[in-house]
Amino acid sequence: MEAIIKCHGVSKAYGGVIANEDISVEVPPGRITGLIGPNGSGKTTLFNSIVGYHPTDAGSITFEGREISNMTTQQISRLGLLRTFQQTRVYKRMNCVDNMLVSVPDRDDAFWSMFRGYPAESTRRAEQLLDFVGLYQKRYLTSGSLSFGQQKLLEFAMALMREPKVLLLDEPTAGINPTLINGLIDRLKRAVSELGVTLFVIEHNMPVIMDLADNIYCLANGRLLAHGRPDEIQNDERVLNAYLGTHHGSEAA
Amino acid sequence: MTGSLPKGILYGAILVAGFVAPILFPGYTFSIAGLWVMILLALTWDIMGGQMGYNSLGNVFFFGIGMYTCMIVQVGLFYDVAEYTAHSGAVNVHFAPGQYFTGLTLGLAAAAAVATLFALVFGQLILGLRGPYFAIGTLGVALSAGELFGAWPFVGGGGGVALPTYPGEPDDRAYFFYVLCMLLAVAAFAFLKWLYSTRFKLVANAIRDDEEKAEAMGLHTKRYKNLGFAITAFFLGISGGLYGNMIGFIEPLEVAYPVVTFGIFMIVMCLIGGKGTLWGPVIGATLFHVVRQLTWTYMLGWQWVALGGLIIVSVVFFQQGIVGWMQEKWPEWFGIRVDEKSSMDDGFEAGTAKKEAA
Repeated sequence: MEAIIKCHGVSKAYGGVIANEDISVEVPPGRITGLIGPNGSGKTTLFNSIVGYHPTDAGSITFEGREISNMTTQQISRLGLLRTFQQTRVYKRMNCVDNMLVSVPDRDDAFWSMFRGYPAESTRRAEQLLDFVGLYQKRYLTSGSLSFGQQKLLEFAMALMREPKVLLLDEPTAGINPTLINGLIDRLKRAVSELGVTLFVIEHNMPVIMDLADNIYCLANGRLLAHGRPDEIQNDERVLNAYLGTHHGSEAA
Repeated sequence: MTGSLPKGILYGAILVAGFVAPILFPGYTFSIAGLWVMILLALTWDIMGGQMGYNSLGNVFFFGIGMYTCMIVQVGLFYDVAEYTAHSGAVNVHFAPGQYFTGLTLGLAAAAAVATLFALVFGQLILGLRGPYFAIGTLGVALSAGELFGAWPFVGGGGGVALPTYPGEPDDRAYFFYVLCMLLAVAAFAFLKWLYSTRFKLVANAIRDDEEKAEAMGLHTKRYKNLGFAITAFFLGISGGLYGNMIGFIEPLEVAYPVVTFGIFMIVMCLIGGKGTLWGPVIGATLFHVVRQLTWTYMLGWQWVALGGLIIVSVVFFQQGIVGWMQEKWPEWFGIRVDEKSSMDDGFEAGTAKKEAA
């Protein structure tokens, strides 16, 4: 199957610090692709490059065959490629339903669109998606009064409200109560199977990503270290070394 | 909807009381008209300050622009403005009733249009500023406008200018401007009640809570900010035109661009009543106006101290304002509640099936 996102030879440096060097990854549609690596290995930088948050230094990024490395975040988001953040960004003094409704994109540029109400189907869709992430009961509470984990779920639902083709999730389980993680994994899988969303997921929790992803890329020190199925990655000597530090430890010693 | 009948009664009662009050208490007509002006100032400040999180210190700019525009049109339609203002309006001029009302109508319309135009132009400059920079930027505009008009002989300069005389009895004049001030405040309230039911309110609130996120989500934030500023200016322009005529004499610093009185009052009223709500500015303006009238009557000499005390107490101890406090105390009145049902009857699967069928 043709990949929906293709990164080829992407490099990005901040001043003298090389965050990404010659990275090539492919995200197949309708699947969950994982991105792992130790802290500071360049995972979030790669996400930022893909969604146009900053210009890349070299390489090409295509989305559905179209070059996007020179586009702005807003243009890319209108193509249907969205990301969520490690820190939650919800509108804290608005209730959950309003957070969802305001996420419906400005579909046309007509002046009068600013004065429109929201059709009943938008409200219904918002409530369905809030139900989907388990926030139906709390939909009339201000989002700032929700727990951190619930705010992450709300942000996930807000992204789904925009009917994205691909969602880049930056550590979806971080800060979520361990007892709720299984429920979240189930919802991510259902977003793929029932809504047809493609997911590209950064995750530090190894059992989670092994369960979730069909294939996994591992970064270390800004370079692509390994790529394979979860069981291959799990037993890859280089990945183990990168995480446990024996490789670098022995070099330094 | 339950509650729509009591609400209708409430609105009706306020309107009737509004029309009858100056007839019952003719000595207070001017004072109650001032209340309607205060309500309008607070309501319009809250569009940007409360709903959108853009705290303007210079909204009186639009008030003064409206006031002067209205005067220029009223006079300029029938006389030479420069000659009129050179005598502070004390020349022997006569406005026939037809001339007076034509001038006033066109003057108010021009006031609205010119104030809105200035909002769109200045918006390009200052709506890119955030937080304290926006506040200081707007303050600068209002302060310099006051000084500029004071140095402009064509509009009477610092000495001010009298407005055309109302062709009728003083009591009729008072009631006439009273009703106009009331209708303007009621119209602004009704308009904002509708506006806050549309997409405008949600996007405004999103800008207030996290403007960067709103931009990243692809919302056209700039258009909403321009629109909010323009609506503010539209109503303030008319209000300035009316207020100038009600006072009968305008000068730049105290009447047209009263930065440290009206400019601050409109913010304090929103804070007291609860900013970012529809009723908060109305309640805050009413309370503030009553306190102000009482202190001016019974504490003369200390009135500013008392008013300052009220401002300090409300800002330090009562930041959420009256309506904000009510929302915390009785959240269910405002629809802030946990649903008894834990999930939808026709939940997600039903929805996706419907979507696929479509």
